[in-house]
Amino acid sequence: MSLDAAISRAPTPAILPGSGGMRGALSDLFWRRPKFLLTLMLAPPLLWLGIVYIGSLFALLAQSFFSIDEFSGLINREFTLKTYGDLFQAANLDIILRTVTMAALVTLASAVIAFPIAYYAARYARGRWKALFYLGVMLPLWSSYLVKIYAWKLILAKEGILTWLLAKLNLLRLLDAWLSLPIVGGNSLSVSFTGTFIVFVYVWLPFMILPVQAALERVPGNLVEASSDLGASPGQTFRNVLFPLALPGIVAGSIFTFSLTLGDYIIPQIIGTSRLFIGQAVYSQQGTAGNIPLAAAFTVVPIVIMGFYLWGAKRMGAFDAL
Amino acid sequence: MRSDRGQRAPLGLKIAAACGLLFLHLPILLIFVYAFTTEEKSFVWPPPGLTTQWFAVTWNRPDVWDALSLSVRVAAISTAIALVLGTLCAAAVSQTRFFGREAISLLVILPIALPGIITGIALRSAFSLADIPFSFWTIVLGHATFCVVVVYNNAVARFRRTSGSMIEASMDLGADGFQTFRHVVLPNIATALLAGGMLAFALSFDEVIVTTFTAGQQQTVPIWMLEELIRPRQRPVTNVVAMVVVLVTLLPILFAYYLTRDGDQIAGSGK
Repeated sequence: MSLDAAISRAPTPAILPGSGGMRGALSDLFWRRPKFLLTLMLAPPLLWLGIVYIGSLFALLAQSFFSIDEFSGLINREFTLKTYGDLFQAANLDIILRTVTMAALVTLASAVIAFPIAYYAARYARGRWKALFYLGVMLPLWSSYLVKIYAWKLILAKEGILTWLLAKLNLLRLLDAWLSLPIVGGNSLSVSFTGTFIVFVYVWLPFMILPVQAALERVPGNLVEASSDLGASPGQTFRNVLFPLALPGIVAGSIFTFSLTLGDYIIPQIIGTSRLFIGQAVYSQQGTAGNIPLAAAFTVVPIVIMGFYLWGAKRMGAFDAL
Repeated sequence: MRSDRGQRAPLGLKIAAACGLLFLHLPILLIFVYAFTTEEKSFVWPPPGLTTQWFAVTWNRPDVWDALSLSVRVAAISTAIALVLGTLCAAAVSQTRFFGREAISLLVILPIALPGIITGIALRSAFSLADIPFSFWTIVLGHATFCVVVVYNNAVARFRRTSGSMIEASMDLGADGFQTFRHVVLPNIATALLAGGMLAFALSFDEVIVTTFTAGQQQTVPIWMLEELIRPRQRPVTNVVAMVVVLVTLLPILFAYYLTRDGDQIAGSGK
């Protein structure tokens, strides 16, 4: 359109005319009433999560207040706290204690192994090496969970690579001595708590590295230098400067390692002894035993433990490191 | 100028970091060796011989193909649902402020923050209370629920970097809401959505804990693997499937990383 023609046209309104049709009307409506658009956007995800997820959670919680009739095996749908009382039987307390101990040990070991990787990646790796470290943590994190467990079954098997390696190094006696220890030992590593522990650490380790690295990235390098300039030994610098600054990251990572260990039932089933963990107890109670109320009550245990854990973690500022 | 450039790491730290990374990677590499072993009955190391015959055997196993097809269909549909729900939620949370905004972020993250067994058993008890029989859709229901968070995280990170004034500018220039979405918002968030979708697909393809509770008698690839781990039938076939699964999950992750690598938040840094 030429300039003349544009000018000679009738005075154009400052505001464009509304575009026609349904589409225009809707578009105008969204603009004039942003609340309407917001509701329209939020409704599908909230309905989905609200009905499917929160609904199911409440259905589960409600069932923990039912009880099972010990003679008929039928579920008695009346409010009772008896099922929660059952949690405090010696056998069940044992399961809870064992799981929490394992979760704590796994968390501790993951933190120790994760720290050097995270520190190197945050402070020294640059450019291509940084990307390599990042992928080096990401790929194991996202590799198939079952394949990772399977790989460890291959490694820990009696005829597997670890025994072969120890035999080559003439260290088999060490392995036998370890396996003859009371609690951590067993017939072979793949049916011992040691095996369960190693696999837990392996599978959850990346969840610890990433937040610790995020926390360490924020520590300026000259802080460490200042500490050594002022005469601190590397050990003192670690204790008084690095560790306190990395702590929120470690706590953030421990949320994952702790919570994931509490709820897992596949790792101890495949690599471990016949003594149960919370996840296995839930699984067998709802499956073979058909005692859904007790299974539901058992799931409340990790929820409560994680509730306290998250509350404590929040007070230590762990959520800023996520 | 920062003084921490070009420093060399202490040797002990280097060794500890290298050992840690080896610890993470060697077990997965081992899977690749075992896929070629001639040994059938045990996990003996070193492998007595190498062969590629198990690839042909696996190729001809209908149960493997059935599981693979179910897994791919479930992952595709769950990813599609998660893409829609996650993007809507991220757009609402990042573009506007309203009462209960924090609660919504928490609600989205909850399915992945609580142990998987809780999500699983909650869904199963809800299905049994409502008399819903297990089907393809009960698996999708569970998977889509925890895939939303992956898409949401990626989309929120991208929306945070996208200036809201671009949308206003587009509207000022006369585009209506749909045109703005099509020509301004979508190109901006496309790679983040693609990355989120890839991760959601990988997450769903690999999920086993929730699936055992929602699948009934159906077998996805992870459930097939779990069965083989508990009651081994033909170990070499399991080895081959394990190797293929590693490769299939590897590619989307690398691609998602590639798509978002220059952003402030790289896809996949939380699972």
